[in-house]
Amino acid sequence: MSARAAVVDAPSLPVHTWVEIFIRQLAVQASWNYELLLGTGIGFCLEPALRHLPGGREGDAYRGAMARQSAYFNAHPYLTAVAVGSLARAELEHAPPGQIERFRTALCGPLGSVGDRLVWAGWLPFCSLLALAAFGLGAGPVAVLLIFLGLYNVGHIGLRVWGLRVGWTHGMRVAAALANPVLRHGPTYIARAAALLAGVALPLALDRIIEPGRTLLGGVLLATVGGAALLARLHGRIEGWRIALGVLAAFALYAVVAR
Amino acid sequence: MTPEQLFTIGLLGAIIGLDVVSFPQAMISRPIVAATITGMVLGDAAAGLLVGATLELIALETLPVGASRYPEWGSASVVGGALFAMRPNVMPGALTMAVLGALATAWVGGWTMYVIRRFNGAIARRWIPTLGLGSGRAVIAIQTAGITADFVRGGILTLVAMLALDPLSRAMVGLWSLDARLSRAVVIAAAASVAAGATWKLFHNTPGARWYFLGGLAIGLALLMAR
Repeated sequence: MSARAAVVDAPSLPVHTWVEIFIRQLAVQASWNYELLLGTGIGFCLEPALRHLPGGREGDAYRGAMARQSAYFNAHPYLTAVAVGSLARAELEHAPPGQIERFRTALCGPLGSVGDRLVWAGWLPFCSLLALAAFGLGAGPVAVLLIFLGLYNVGHIGLRVWGLRVGWTHGMRVAAALANPVLRHGPTYIARAAALLAGVALPLALDRIIEPGRTLLGGVLLATVGGAALLARLHGRIEGWRIALGVLAAFALYAVVAR
Repeated sequence: MTPEQLFTIGLLGAIIGLDVVSFPQAMISRPIVAATITGMVLGDAAAGLLVGATLELIALETLPVGASRYPEWGSASVVGGALFAMRPNVMPGALTMAVLGALATAWVGGWTMYVIRRFNGAIARRWIPTLGLGSGRAVIAIQTAGITADFVRGGILTLVAMLALDPLSRAMVGLWSLDARLSRAVVIAAAASVAAGATWKLFHNTPGARWYFLGGLAIGLALLMAR
């Protein structure tokens, strides 16, 4: 079946069901735990769609589907939308339960690794660095908030809406959609743009924060280069925030004791 | 700190702490947002933004990936923003103590998130037989319990941190013996080192990224000198 035919054949869900699924998507990680990970979250998101199975909430089809969809699942939270869309369609088209379970298991890996690279290691640092650059260039509180939250959430909400749509459109043939150029090449382009922004943002933000100590800027830049080199060398052994905590605690004690 | 301020800060910590994982992950929990909002609420948005930007530099290295344990920046940034906004920021040591307070809270916050995940696991285990029968109500009950527990976690964490750190920070700033320039320089050197290290960690595997970084650095330094 072509993707076009799949669209034509897709069963329909009322708009209010989609709205409910989308809002529940925002809470997909509400019960995240080490046993089921996102499992119950997926069941929670799919529940409004599964009410449309024959017999409704009290029917055997609903109960069977809910039991399947609330089992262990792991993925990037934003890209669970793809899983929710495709699994909703598979259940409403009465695909064989064994096939749905195998498909559900197969989705975990790709939706996790693609999402982590695209969002956590790409889009989020890019938006943070853009906000820091704006701050460094003198933007005020409201402007910085609007830049960061506006831009980040265009990507965030867009990804969730796209995921639901592409999942529902392609059903269990969604693998082809995951080869989308944005998902394949996006992380590399975003990483390059973020690296460029990091270079711009760091000196500017540093200059604005240091304000009263600007005469010490040269020393701070040298300390930053040395500190960053040390952290790069210690990569994987200790996190930078722990070192910052230790350094600042020791400095605060010294500042009080040296009185 | 008045009881009304404490209540407001606790409520902010609960709402913003919830955003880290449970709902809606719109990144209002990022330091540059959370601390700025806290500053706005307490009447000094610029102070909130300053401490938020400093914490954002440090938070750049944290990737909130699934099962990993990481510092909880949301409630911690509310604490940092509040500690700084409630003190005149010209006081030497005020920024150091606000950042230090936020880092300590983020550390404890990471542990509280681990506790909540264990709690969610215990709740899920109790409901597993019912889940196996396909109960929609069980799923909703588990999600509701998780979101409620996380809200309470963020609120309690913020309240306890403020009750412990506000008097400590006030006392330390009162006894501070070093001048404002050096104090500010040490904080920013620590934060910028973490940020530069994080940049390397995030992008060193991307082909060409180091050249983009160096190009950006040239632009940033040129803008700085043009001022």
